[in-house]
Amino acid sequence: MGMTMTQKILAKHAGLEVVESGQLIWVNVDRVLGNDITSPVAIREFEKIGAEEVFDKQKVTMVMDHFAPNKDIKAAVQCKMCRDFCEDKGVVNFFDVGRMGIEHALLPEKGLVVCGDVVIGADSHTCTYGALGAFSTGSGSTDMACAMATGKAWFKVPSAIKFVLKGKLNKYVSGKDVILHIIGKIGVDGALYKSMEFVGEGVRSLSIFDRLTISNMAIEAGAKNGIFEVDEQTEEYVKSRTDKPYTVYKADADAVYDETYEIDLSQIKSTVAFPHLPENTKTFDQIGDIKIDQVVIGSCTNGFYKDLEEASSILKGKKIAKNVRAIVIPATQDIYLQALESGVLKTFIESGCVVSTPTCGPCLGGHMGILAAGERAVATTNRNFVGRMGDVKSEVYLASPAVAAASAIMGKIADPNEIMG
Amino acid sequence: MDFQGKAIKYGDNVDTDVIIPARYLNTIDKKELASHCMEDIDKDFKGKVKTGDMIVAGYNFGCGSSREHAPIAIKESGISLVIARSFARIFYRNSINIGLAIVESDEVVDGIVDGDEIKADLTSGVIYNLTTGKQFSVTPFPEFIQKIIANGGLVESIKKGALK
Repeated sequence: MGMTMTQKILAKHAGLEVVESGQLIWVNVDRVLGNDITSPVAIREFEKIGAEEVFDKQKVTMVMDHFAPNKDIKAAVQCKMCRDFCEDKGVVNFFDVGRMGIEHALLPEKGLVVCGDVVIGADSHTCTYGALGAFSTGSGSTDMACAMATGKAWFKVPSAIKFVLKGKLNKYVSGKDVILHIIGKIGVDGALYKSMEFVGEGVRSLSIFDRLTISNMAIEAGAKNGIFEVDEQTEEYVKSRTDKPYTVYKADADAVYDETYEIDLSQIKSTVAFPHLPENTKTFDQIGDIKIDQVVIGSCTNGFYKDLEEASSILKGKKIAKNVRAIVIPATQDIYLQALESGVLKTFIESGCVVSTPTCGPCLGGHMGILAAGERAVATTNRNFVGRMGDVKSEVYLASPAVAAASAIMGKIADPNEIMG
Repeated sequence: MDFQGKAIKYGDNVDTDVIIPARYLNTIDKKELASHCMEDIDKDFKGKVKTGDMIVAGYNFGCGSSREHAPIAIKESGISLVIARSFARIFYRNSINIGLAIVESDEVVDGIVDGDEIKADLTSGVIYNLTTGKQFSVTPFPEFIQKIIANGGLVESIKKGALK
């Protein structure tokens, strides 16, 4: 029986010829990641193991992004704990304020993930790097601690759902709409314990950044990972970021999938996920007048330069609605600089948006844009659970950067096509 | 592994943001985390939970963020066992790794209402609803996972070299 892309990567990293779904295996990891809220727990567990050194000073990676720049004294203590640990252990890839970015935008940008890698991260959105043809998945802090000590993680080999993409996206429709559409179709546990594998000629029409957005939210369908078939665009992107050698894995022709979905990209419309689950999706024919108080454009899902550029193209020459606070968060310093140099930031500021330092901030209700009871936000983030961005009586509507920008102008959830005509 | 306590029942898709809201993730102190456990879904949880009690829930328990603070807060609150129709995968592995007992079963969830007194013997795989007198059998974990739990979690297993 053939293997899926995911199974092939896992087999190779477990030193096995073949693996099959359900099998429990130990896997060598190419990168172990943590942030300022999950690493402190991992450091405590690492110390319990009694290991003197980390398994590889290059492969352990920590990014201070969630409550950084430090939002309060306790957050400062947690960042300091990570900083001290990395200094003590000689961890090379420690990213602090000024050099950090939102971890899942930063790692691809820094060339720290290549095709065929196995990456575990103590952050659920670690699945983002599947876009580069890597096996990457979120884990807990204990997994991170054990992998920092041993370079290994345990996995149950997943079965997979295949998504065959065809056609091309329409204007103002992007990767976010694709993944919201899919989650709306299969549900928040539709891919529970499984891989989502994206293949087909439609993949070629999607930019790397659309793919990163799609893989990023695989976890929102319960998936273990969301992986894209590697094409020339992936290889070009990876080569532009690093000289590190990489391996391209393709699924066997006789690989077995639990289910196969055909997705025609040209049929996908701008999609919004209503509170309080990412599966509560609606398109504009089902959305009435929903007034909003805040817009957030950013996060590991949609804080790429492409996202900022798309949002600014809608905001250009316009003002956001009087009663709306719009917060723009470039995901990394490089993205920030690019947006500064191209004039994208100027457009945001002129239209009435505020531009923040890179941080996960409001996405998880940390800081930089918390909602009061009764307030509503349209956000390009990834979760709209109860209390996610603030008070338990606040509401988050998940959408693309284009919809978020249009909504900021209209003061209600709005279709970019209507604004742009 | 024997547990006994009252069932505290919840619905589907209980996410880690309501188990332990992110605003409290600026600490790794277990007691402090436990003091906010379930705060955004059940304000009464902290007052009513007693050592040994069990959480009984629907599909996809623990979905969302990978924060290990969620199973830690639950365990530190005194919860002995979580029974759900299904678990989100990161919560599932985090629970095993930190030694919080969990069981997946539709039948058990159907057979328990909030407040029932439950006894669980996970060695033999039998769960008793002492309030109704009903008895259920559950599938034991694979040997690999049983070994992690028997050794007191992943860190202890690695220290003892038990997972070669």
